[in-house]
Amino acid sequence: MSETLPRDAAAAAIRDPEFEDDVLVRVENLVKHFPIKAGGLISRTVGHVQAVDGVSLTIGRGQTIGLVGETGCGKSTLARCIAGLLPVTSGRVTFEGKNITNLSRRAMRPYRREIQMIFQDPYGSLNPRRRVGAIIGDPFTIHRTATGSERKRAVQELMERVGLNPEHYNRFPAEFSGGQRQRIGVARALALRPKLIICDEPVSALDVSIQAQVLNLLSDLQDDFGLSYLFIAHDLSVVKHVSDAVMVMYLGRTAEQGPGDQVYATPRHPYTVALLSAAPAADPDSAAARQRIILTGDVPSPINPPSGCRFHPRCPKAQELCTQQEPALESKAGDPQDHRTACHFPVEAGENLATAGGRSPR
Amino acid sequence: MSVTELEFQAQRVESAPEEAIQGRSQWQLTWARLRHDKMAIASIVVILIMTALAILAPVFASLLGHGVYQAFTGKGLSADGLPVAPGAHGFPLGTDYVGRDLLIRILYGARISLFVGITTTALATIAGVAVGLVAGFYGGWVDTVLARFIDAVLAFPFIVLALALAAIYGSSLLIVIGVITFFSWAGISRIVRGQTLSIKEKEYIEAARSLGAGPWRIMFIDILPNLLGPVLVLATLYIPTAIVFEATLSFLGIGIPAPTASWGVILSEAQQFYQTSWWYVVFPAAALLITTLAFNLLGDGIRDAMDPRTERLFAGSTKRRKRRASAPTGPDAAPPAAATAGMGG
Repeated sequence: MSETLPRDAAAAAIRDPEFEDDVLVRVENLVKHFPIKAGGLISRTVGHVQAVDGVSLTIGRGQTIGLVGETGCGKSTLARCIAGLLPVTSGRVTFEGKNITNLSRRAMRPYRREIQMIFQDPYGSLNPRRRVGAIIGDPFTIHRTATGSERKRAVQELMERVGLNPEHYNRFPAEFSGGQRQRIGVARALALRPKLIICDEPVSALDVSIQAQVLNLLSDLQDDFGLSYLFIAHDLSVVKHVSDAVMVMYLGRTAEQGPGDQVYATPRHPYTVALLSAAPAADPDSAAARQRIILTGDVPSPINPPSGCRFHPRCPKAQELCTQQEPALESKAGDPQDHRTACHFPVEAGENLATAGGRSPR
Repeated sequence: MSVTELEFQAQRVESAPEEAIQGRSQWQLTWARLRHDKMAIASIVVILIMTALAILAPVFASLLGHGVYQAFTGKGLSADGLPVAPGAHGFPLGTDYVGRDLLIRILYGARISLFVGITTTALATIAGVAVGLVAGFYGGWVDTVLARFIDAVLAFPFIVLALALAAIYGSSLLIVIGVITFFSWAGISRIVRGQTLSIKEKEYIEAARSLGAGPWRIMFIDILPNLLGPVLVLATLYIPTAIVFEATLSFLGIGIPAPTASWGVILSEAQQFYQTSWWYVVFPAAALLITTLAFNLLGDGIRDAMDPRTERLFAGSTKRRKRRASAPTGPDAAPPAAATAGMGG
């Protein structure tokens, strides 16, 4: 925890002057660097993994924000910083106008009830040695909101709500299928009636047929409880299905963000275009008509990211400028204000990136 | 049994995938498998019989009319002043060098052995789990300090410490328990620390944290149940080690002080008589061997029963032979062949 930031709830409760009623969470210029230690007993820091490097994001009430990007681009780290599971290096996270950045565990407690998480791995996120009733009942126990038979009833109601048989209260997680386990995770996240649920790739470990069931469950719950979601995925078609707004991350920075239909219809960042071209399409005709852009090389190391635009070593449109100057995240080529792209040479509609004179990687 | 070997076994238990059988907990599953392991059941029976004999030692003493410290200088010794053979003059297992009933001595020795074995293992397990859990969970400098301390304890020559303590304070049961506990917890600690390090990175720990669970709740509600399997196996295997440890200390004269009956003490006294009075060595050694072997086999059985992949447990006999060969014996186990053959199942 950082020493410079307020530790207690009273100081944290000071209202943000920019507070807007329909904004639930505001992330401002969030930076998360992990120090790399070397040496044994007396360790020194030899570098930093720049997992998240200056990302801003707004989540409105009842909204779903899709967060996409390759593995290692910092999307899960960003989610954990928002959920208060990781201390933030710099920047600010506000929840309903109150600064919740780097609160102590005690001060964070009331906000834990408001922000919950659903995890990626339906096997790893449930304790194999504990019964399902105890797992879903944990939120009640920890926050002392219900005990004894009252808790059991609440847990069984939750199980029913997420489509589980309440009679399976005494079973162990191992006795459930992947989709059912994810429903257990949803029930646990829902127990405290949070306002925001961060879904960290909630369906990527599931069967395609089960994915749809879980996505439908999440969308039903959103309608019933007025939930907001921060929905992390690397499958763009899933994100398109659920999101009001989309944010594309690359190597700890925002590449492009905007309303879902805008970003999908007119992607501006070459990386977004490449990601979209890689998503499978259900319609074979449109699939054949599409040109696929295959990115060469791997994601560069976040310990020593490329200069200028971090995407330049792999970008088909990269020029000298891209290696020197970091592009600002702003609205490009007549896009609306809320569709912002961090690119010096945004892609025009109809432009063929596959044939653009690309640079070879590295 | 070396520490690395134990570590290896503990890892095998941990890495086992969880089985999906209707509504049964890990313990119910383990028991269901253990029940079919004849060797483990035989071991449990042997341990229970040994415990019953130890508890009933005073009953046997009053039935035979032979006290544990009562020396029968007349009928208990031969004309040459040597111990009398089993069966002679109403001594079922013969007598010792001052004419005390060897059977009663061995039964009272079982009390000491089982008491020391179970007490020290319980203390060492509690200490080891606590230290390992805290070191693994908190990490950082806490872990560095505790892990180095564990290494230091494991590197310490225990006989030297025991000798030094016995020289300063005189030998006593309390010192024996203290020394054995002090040298046992570190091994358990090291394994618990390793397991904790791997478990705390699991997503369900992060889930608990995101619900607002504090460090103690996470350690004891979320991590500890996942450690109980390997710890139970380890503890079962530490009991015979502690029993042998006590016998070793007593044998060397730095353990349980002399008039008290302990297997190590009896064996130590018997050293001078093994050529003339075979029973004086064979019976206490057999008691030690059977007890430690039973605990070792039970530990192996529990370990196998916790591993859902061990289907071969019920089929193969090669493994049992291998196990029997590697089972540790007492520091002086003179006649292992006869005793082991009796154990076969």
